[in-house]
Amino acid sequence: MRRYKNAFLLLIVVLLMTAPLFLLPDAEFEGADDLAGEAISEINPAYEPWLEPFWEPGSEEMERLLFAVQAVLGCAFIGYYIRVKKKDVLRPE
Amino acid sequence: MSYKKIAVVFLLYLFLPREAYAMHIMEGFLPVKWALFWTLASLPFLIYGVTSISEKLKDPQLKLLFGVTGAFAFVLSALKIPSVTGSSSHPTGVGLGAVLFGPAAMSVIGFIVLLFQALLLAHGGLTTLGANTFSMAVTGPFVAYGVFKVAKKAGLGNGVAIFLAASFGNLTTYLTTSLQLALAFPAETGGVLASAVKFLSIFALTQVPLAISEGLLTIVIFNILTKFSQNELRLLHLYTNTVKGE
Repeated sequence: MRRYKNAFLLLIVVLLMTAPLFLLPDAEFEGADDLAGEAISEINPAYEPWLEPFWEPGSEEMERLLFAVQAVLGCAFIGYYIRVKKKDVLRPE
Repeated sequence: MSYKKIAVVFLLYLFLPREAYAMHIMEGFLPVKWALFWTLASLPFLIYGVTSISEKLKDPQLKLLFGVTGAFAFVLSALKIPSVTGSSSHPTGVGLGAVLFGPAAMSVIGFIVLLFQALLLAHGGLTTLGANTFSMAVTGPFVAYGVFKVAKKAGLGNGVAIFLAASFGNLTTYLTTSLQLALAFPAETGGVLASAVKFLSIFALTQVPLAISEGLLTIVIFNILTKFSQNELRLLHLYTNTVKGE
C-alpha cells in the first residue's frame, strides 16, 4: 500500500499543477509577484523602486535554467541521501 | 522506487512550457523604512535559528537529515506552479524542516534560499530580503510548527498533520506578504485595509492549490523518511510505530 501511496499523492500533485494549463488555455500565468508590482503602481503611481537588481539572468531561458539547476541540486542531494540510507538498511550493523 | 518517480516527475515538470516567476517582494519595492523594519524583525529569529541548529546537530546522525530538509526547501521554492487564477506562484518547502528541526532552524534555511534567489536569480532582492525572510522563513515555519503540534494533539496521524502544517505554512507566508505590501502601500481611500484586500486578491486564491500541492509533496518526502530514517525520526521524537495508512 505504501508503495502506491506516494505515487498516488504525486499523481494528484501533477493534476493540480497541470489542470490550470488545460482549464485556462489563454491565461498567461504571470507571476503573482509581478501582479503585486502592478498593484503597487496602481495604489501609488509615484512610487519608484529605489534599487534594481544589480545582476539579472540574461534571458528567460537562462532564468529558467537557473531555477532548474536549483531544483536539480536539491533533488540530487535527496537522491544521494536515499542511496546512503538504503545501503544502511540493507546492511544492518 | 518512489524516489525515481519523484525525479522523473520533477524533470518532466521542469520542461513544461510556462513562465518562470517567483512571488517574493521584488528588489526595491519596499520603501526604505519598511525594508529596515522587516530586516530588524527577522534578525532575532535568524540568530536564535543559528543557535538552535548547532544545538540540534550535536547529534551527528542528524546532519544528513538536516541537509535533506534544506534540499527539500531548495527544490520546492524553485518550482513555479500555474494556478487556477491564471497566474503562477510557488511553494516554500519550509514545512518539513519546521516539523523535524523546529521553526527557527528553518528561518536560517529559508533565509539562505532567499539570499541565493536574490543574488543569482534576481528574484526577491537584497532590500526586500528582510521582509521576504519574515514571511517565508519566520511566519511560514512557525505556523507550520504550530499547526503540526495542534494536529498531533488532536490525535491526527503524522501524514495528515504534516499535510496541514505544510499547507498552512504556505498560505500564511503569502498572507504575510500581502499584509507587508498593504502596510507599505496603504490605498488613498480605505488605507491599509483596502490595500490588503487588493494584495490578498492577487495571492490568496492563487495560493490555495499550491498550498495543497506543497502539503502533498511534504507527505511524500515524509513517507520516504519514515522508511529510511526511522532512527533519526526517533531521535527527533517523530517516529511512531503505527504509521497511518500503512
